Amino acid sequence: MKMWTAATALLSHWRRRPLQLGALLSGLALATALWCGVQAINAEARASYTRAAVVLDQNGLANLVSPNGSSIPQSAFVRLRRAGWNVSPVLEGDYRFGVIRLRVIGIEPLTMPAETNTVDLGNAGDLLSFITPPGMLFVSPRTAEKMRGQTDLALRVSDRMLDGAAFIDIGLAQKLLRREGELSRIVIAENQRSGLEPLEKLVPTLSVREPNAETDVEHLTESFHLNLTAFGFLAFAVGLFIVYATIGLAFEQRRPTFRTLRCLGVSLSALAVLLLAELVLFALAAGAVGVAIGYLVASLLLPGVAATLEGLYGASVPGTLSLRPEWWVSGFAIAVAGTLVSSAQSLLRLRRVPLLAAAQPQTWGRSWQAGRRFQVLAAAALLALSGALLLWAEGLEAGFGVLGCLLLGASLLLPTVLSGFFTVMQRASSRALVTWFWADARQQLPGLSLALMALLLALAANVGVGTMVSSFRLTFVGWLDQRLAAELYVAARNEGEADRLRTWLATKVESVLPILSVDAEIRGQPMQIFGVADDPTYRMHWPLIVGMPDVWDQVASSQGVLVNEQFWRRDRLRIGDQLDLPGDWKPAVVGVYSDYGNPKGQVIAGINALTSRYPQVSRLRYGLRIQPDQVADLRSRLTDEFGLPADNVVDQAALKEQSRRIFDRTFLVTGALNIFTLGVAALAMFSSLLTLSEMRLPQLAPVWATGVTRRDLALLEVLRALVLWLATFIAALPLGLALAWVLLAVVNVEAFGWRLPMYFFPYEWLRLGLVALGAAVVSVFIPLRRLARVTPSELLKVFANER
Amino acid sequence: MIALRNLRKSYETAEGRLEVLRGVNLDLGAGDRVALMGESGSGKSTLLHLVAGLDRTDSGEITIGGRDISKLNDRERAAYRRTKVGLVFQQFNLVPSLDVAANIAFHAKLAGRHDREWENELVERLGIGTLLTRYPEQLSIGQQQRVAIGRTLAARPGLVLADEPTGNLDEANGDAVLELMLSLSKGSGSTLLLVTHSQRLADRLDRQVHLRFGKIE
Repeated sequence: MKMWTAATALLSHWRRRPLQLGALLSGLALATALWCGVQAINAEARASYTRAAVVLDQNGLANLVSPNGSSIPQSAFVRLRRAGWNVSPVLEGDYRFGVIRLRVIGIEPLTMPAETNTVDLGNAGDLLSFITPPGMLFVSPRTAEKMRGQTDLALRVSDRMLDGAAFIDIGLAQKLLRREGELSRIVIAENQRSGLEPLEKLVPTLSVREPNAETDVEHLTESFHLNLTAFGFLAFAVGLFIVYATIGLAFEQRRPTFRTLRCLGVSLSALAVLLLAELVLFALAAGAVGVAIGYLVASLLLPGVAATLEGLYGASVPGTLSLRPEWWVSGFAIAVAGTLVSSAQSLLRLRRVPLLAAAQPQTWGRSWQAGRRFQVLAAAALLALSGALLLWAEGLEAGFGVLGCLLLGASLLLPTVLSGFFTVMQRASSRALVTWFWADARQQLPGLSLALMALLLALAANVGVGTMVSSFRLTFVGWLDQRLAAELYVAARNEGEADRLRTWLATKVESVLPILSVDAEIRGQPMQIFGVADDPTYRMHWPLIVGMPDVWDQVASSQGVLVNEQFWRRDRLRIGDQLDLPGDWKPAVVGVYSDYGNPKGQVIAGINALTSRYPQVSRLRYGLRIQPDQVADLRSRLTDEFGLPADNVVDQAALKEQSRRIFDRTFLVTGALNIFTLGVAALAMFSSLLTLSEMRLPQLAPVWATGVTRRDLALLEVLRALVLWLATFIAALPLGLALAWVLLAVVNVEAFGWRLPMYFFPYEWLRLGLVALGAAVVSVFIPLRRLARVTPSELLKVFANER
Repeated sequence: MIALRNLRKSYETAEGRLEVLRGVNLDLGAGDRVALMGESGSGKSTLLHLVAGLDRTDSGEITIGGRDISKLNDRERAAYRRTKVGLVFQQFNLVPSLDVAANIAFHAKLAGRHDREWENELVERLGIGTLLTRYPEQLSIGQQQRVAIGRTLAARPGLVLADEPTGNLDEANGDAVLELMLSLSKGSGSTLLLVTHSQRLADRLDRQVHLRFGKIE
């Protein structure tokens, strides 16, 4: 009962300050929402990878693989079976059915362990159709829809299948992929007879991949998810700033209540427990709202993320979200943890500061001044650590470490920089009101510093990520112009049609550029080798980063090959290095080209070299050089003469548009998170200004009494808020550009293997500045209205005894 | 110089309308030093606020130098406070964000009468030379009141209004502050209207007026 009475006294603070309570709960809810939203997206995607791994890779079982990623001879499987091992062969590869590229997984249904549950061949008829020519494709409903008209093979739809993949008989897979006698891996069943000869003796060149090991897709998409997590964490941190500031002030304002309760016999520990319980209660309430908003945010963003993951990595993720129980738990946990972290300092201060000290904002300000020295030291240490990581550390985590230290260090430094700036301005001004304006702005810093730090983070993230995306887009569009030089792209449905196409086209276009490629393992990595014709189109347009002077002659003469940037950087290749390509071919690296949007390595060889070494290469796709005004005519003639579906004849403009659309969609999520973060920062600023407006009267009343009108004071309040926003925005520009540089030169290189040039976009900054200005005006509106409504009698109370 | 005629002022309270001033009449000559006395709630501070142009009258006239300030709008009243009046309250006199030096110069600069020599003299006589770089929160109440007096007199106002300026000080400090105020206001030729409860302090001024039930007795 006593505790309940004390709790009522504590809670009455919030009843009298509903806006403060609103700021606290909304800050916490938004922080939780953005964090949860991002985590939900990541969790959903990872669940899809796991599902894909279990279904497509039989990842629930151990697999025998070649340590360097090369093919396994079929004889190894035969040897194992003869020795009594219960194993099953798998061959995987990408195969193009017309314009649809599928991940083809060749399996042997008779030996495939039942627990893998790969294909449902319930009756003998199905089994026979699967293993005998012409064969059968097991695909998802969506893939089946896309495949219509692209293949003569029978399609069997299975809900368990994932989009973009197909199970087929291994014999058919070897034929389609032209890899007779080769296997990608061998699945090992759980149940084995005892006393078998050990695997390392039977197949010493192979190694065992344990069940549930990280898959290729998981590895490839790691950087993407890390990016999302970093953004979610940034938004969470910005939200926590609001919580920290509001709790700090509420504790200070309630100090008289604490003192009274202590005088009335409530022990310090009981008071601490009550405050802790109050905070946990708020955290749970805000957490529930946060998880609900997070779910909404995630379900809005997930389709975009799914499209991005499919476009970038070929990873299949459903565009819908399932509400998982662990999600709620983690949402509440992060809300409670965030609240406790934000309030730890206030709770500790409660124990340390003598309760008889009077509550006043100046006390708050003084303790802030003392803490500022520590803040500057911490900022210097973080910035130094950021520099050290940049110079000496490697890897994606180090890249994010550089970013984190840079952002946190700079934001910790901001209040000191602003304080210094205001001091200089104050000293430089001679007019009384101007002097007061700067001095007062400085005095408000303790109450606003956290909101300003949050704003700095949000603005810098906007400038940085915006610069990175815009630089990327500019480079990407220029690169597309180079890379997609042919006016029309055509894909035949089979080799016979391709032969007829070539003959027909010979007299109708300026040049026919075959687009040929084979899958290969190079230096243990799955890659593609492309063959290009010796044509002026490539010599004039291909986006080379570095290369020998006679690079195209070397490629045409089969003495050299080009490699893409990501392969070049990842393997630290140099011009002149010899590559060991399948088929005992050892050409030299003669040039490097940029290849954005492709997570894998790639090699380009002369077309003669490719077709002579890999005669099985598919010859279905061609780029056509013609006059631009003839594109439409040729396109309709191709459709009429050959009956090609519309998707098989694509003009350059449509392809570029499609690529740009994919690009923009890729960064849609980033843009949305940017806006959310800025919104949270605006809320932080609003709640801080609102809270401070309650304490402004003692600061304003003496100035008013000395002869400054309330209207002028209100205008100065607006001006001060705008100056604070503007100063923070100006500070955010160099920080944002530094962030962009780290993203372009460090994180992108580590995550994707390509480095992009950095461009400046002043108009985008101006637009962001105007948005920030708008938010500033909105954030100051309510506090200003409150000030404008202050009556002389309220101002006079400041000087009265009863105050 | 200052004439108050039939001054009335009331406030809305939870219990209804409260008439604080019920027709106050008072004349003050140039350089007069007058103590305004009365019980708590008699309307002393309200009268002071009206004369200072901080609040509006319900009716009546406040004529200062031939000009009725009760008719002024917000902006004109602010200009009046800036140029004609100096105020010293019991507490919260100073601008918390400015140091002592800036606080002392603040009103004089706003009034357009900044005089460094006069300011230095005031600082010396008030004994606050060592406090110039401190902020109000770093000063004792007595020191704060000295600075407030310095700020008021630095602007050389024609009228100084003080609302229990020594109310928060002990007797010795109160006497010292009042002594300074009297001698400095005499030196600058300002009219002084000082609200106080203390008969001892009131005795040291030229004249005493008593406010009782909203009227001058």
